[in-house]
Amino acid sequence: MFGWEFPPNNTGGLGTACYGLTKALSRLGIEITLVLPTAENVCPDFLKVRGTNMKVRKIVSSLTPYMSPSQYSTVYHSKNQLYGRTLIDEVMRYSEAAESIALEEDFDVIHCHDWLTYEAGIRAKMLTGKPLIAHVHATEFDRTGGLSVNQLVYDVERRGMEHADAIIAVSNYTKNKIIQHYGITPEKIIVVHNAVDKESSVQNLNFALKNHSKIVLFLGRVTLQKGPDYFLYAARKVLDVENNTKFVMAGTGDMEPYIIGKAIEMGMHDKVIFTGFLKGEQIDMIYRMADVYVMPSVSEPFGITALEAIKNGTPIIISKNSGVSEIVTHCLKVDFWDINQLANKIVGVLRYKELPEMMSQNAGKELTRITWENSAVKCARLYNDLLKKTEVRAW
Amino acid sequence: MVSVCLYFQVHQPYRIRNFTVFDIGNRAGYFDDEKNTTILKRVASKCYLPSNKVILELLDTHPEFKASFSLSGTVLEQLEKNAPEALDSFKELAKTGRVELLDETYYHSLAFIYSKKEFQDQVKMHSSKIRKMFGKTPTVFRNTELIYNNEIANFVEKMGYKGVIAEGADHILGWRSPNFLYRPKTAANGMKLLLKNYKLSDDVAFRFSERSWSEWPLTADKFASWVSAINGNGVCANLFMDYETFGEHQWEETGIFNFLRHMPGEILKHPDNDFRTPGELVGLHEPVGEMDIHNLISWADIERDLSAWLGNSMQHAAIRELYGMEQEIKESGDQDLLEEWRRLQTSDHFYYMCTKWFSDGDVHKYFNPYDSPYDAFISYMNIINDLKIRLKTKKI
Repeated sequence: MFGWEFPPNNTGGLGTACYGLTKALSRLGIEITLVLPTAENVCPDFLKVRGTNMKVRKIVSSLTPYMSPSQYSTVYHSKNQLYGRTLIDEVMRYSEAAESIALEEDFDVIHCHDWLTYEAGIRAKMLTGKPLIAHVHATEFDRTGGLSVNQLVYDVERRGMEHADAIIAVSNYTKNKIIQHYGITPEKIIVVHNAVDKESSVQNLNFALKNHSKIVLFLGRVTLQKGPDYFLYAARKVLDVENNTKFVMAGTGDMEPYIIGKAIEMGMHDKVIFTGFLKGEQIDMIYRMADVYVMPSVSEPFGITALEAIKNGTPIIISKNSGVSEIVTHCLKVDFWDINQLANKIVGVLRYKELPEMMSQNAGKELTRITWENSAVKCARLYNDLLKKTEVRAW
Repeated sequence: MVSVCLYFQVHQPYRIRNFTVFDIGNRAGYFDDEKNTTILKRVASKCYLPSNKVILELLDTHPEFKASFSLSGTVLEQLEKNAPEALDSFKELAKTGRVELLDETYYHSLAFIYSKKEFQDQVKMHSSKIRKMFGKTPTVFRNTELIYNNEIANFVEKMGYKGVIAEGADHILGWRSPNFLYRPKTAANGMKLLLKNYKLSDDVAFRFSERSWSEWPLTADKFASWVSAINGNGVCANLFMDYETFGEHQWEETGIFNFLRHMPGEILKHPDNDFRTPGELVGLHEPVGEMDIHNLISWADIERDLSAWLGNSMQHAAIRELYGMEQEIKESGDQDLLEEWRRLQTSDHFYYMCTKWFSDGDVHKYFNPYDSPYDAFISYMNIINDLKIRLKTKKI
């Protein structure tokens, strides 16, 4: 499996999803060799995870899951010359390193997560003839909101999907994107929704801020894809009728300076609180602190954060353009651009106390049916199907 | 002798529009006129007109055929305004003298539970509307969604009704049969209780097009044989259902209109069968026993209780707020305010806030204009807040 760093070393849903899924697969008795790109200063390059069927192989690389080619060039200039000159070079360098691991390890199926690892997967397939699964957590169309799609990235994605024997999409929403933009036949794609680990790391806490005002939370990368600007516009409208409200924005990203500037310009310098990047316990705490979690994503292939909020008993308002909205019904859904409705729903949750009570209570019940075990079972079934096909071909 | 008693419920609410917090205090309308008109016209053309045509044909063909209807005040107003030809066809049915009209609360409301005064006002309003429109005075009462208990029976008896209709729920009947008339425990002047035969009614209303049902397809002669089987075990077969069953809940393609067209003829082939209206049954038969129903029952869902309208805290909060304003609204003397407040009492508004079966997606979604029960609650509460502001400004 070509995956990504687990929490707390992750920077978004991709690491969380890899972690949840691999743990559940391992519980099903599937042996996994997990290949990860990792910064050079982290742990040995080979380890066995105690109590699991999981072995981790690390490749020193500067790849992180949400990089764009332009961001990479900044990273490159600040790091040493071991890494590739461009992001695509680095992907190639990583894939070469992956080749040698593919030759050393014994495995039946290759499973890779998102475009940066597709090339590694393709090479492993070519060397060993084992079936390849491309697991799509996001496409270039989600990351860019459909604007200025990077052709190089698109080509790598498409090549990965075309070489794959099967594709796993994290939602029907994503499946449709793959069909529509990458010309893949629907029969090759199966949908496996993400899930969330059930235990929250924190319990009943008292937050001083909560005694003074209502709290509306945004949590995610502050990038175009996540709709932080729509959150701000809605905040302004909410404040017009519910002035005693604070808007917490947790996360970092390329739009952060713009969003901070915009908040000040809109006269909300004392209303919007920026927390920077949160990890581990801090994340559960901030969900618990919030009266409502808002995910106004422009395009959200899945949206694990919505499930994390529910896990912490927080009602959610989510974009209709999201995978998670396919499996959660006890929530409010909104068109990300409809600021009026977004603000209206936020005020509704803040004002009418029965609403958040019912939403979190019912969504909590609903969450018990959304498990990584279910997702892992679907993946395992796909592994078996692919293996049967390979055997038939070998005959 | 088995008398088939057909009663069809005709009702459409004034659905409220997506009323946001920013509309509060801005003199915005509460009701989605466009949606209500569209739905009404659709239901009129898919159900009311074609079904009334069939009923009229049946009245022509079979002199023994009879039926009864209960039309809410909110649907009558909307028909008057947006589908007068459908209203005329109801009038034509009433004119035959073999179609009985029942009384209910004008606004299809849950008023009895929250305000007896308001309940009584609405029943009177309904009765006078029926008299004005159809020239008839109903003698049998049906409460919204067949909500019923001893207290309701007693109350409407005092208002002068000779009969009342309720659900023949298993848990109230026990070993007894819905195919007889009963005496409500609280009846003082011989009022009688008619109970819905839910098995036969639901065979048509819910299961007719259900292909996984072992009796599918349901033909008129098969259904008639089930009705005839009651002979010796009952005096009536009370088939009570939403009129929208014909053409809306069951689409024309399912053959529902053909079923309706042929069912009476098949039933009348058996010499011991005939058709009666609720008022006739009340006059013809003596009760066989007493019904002591303390808790409120209804015809909804498998629970047959009030949980579809008053099953969660949002529904309770919304309706408490609404009836909490009664006195002030009435004292204000503002007729517009009063009318809008009353339109907000229609049970459908609370039904849209039901979270019971929401995740499974089912019958509750039908005609439901909202994405979720939570959205329904937000719009409703925003409107309540707007009403409060209007009341306050009125006082100044």
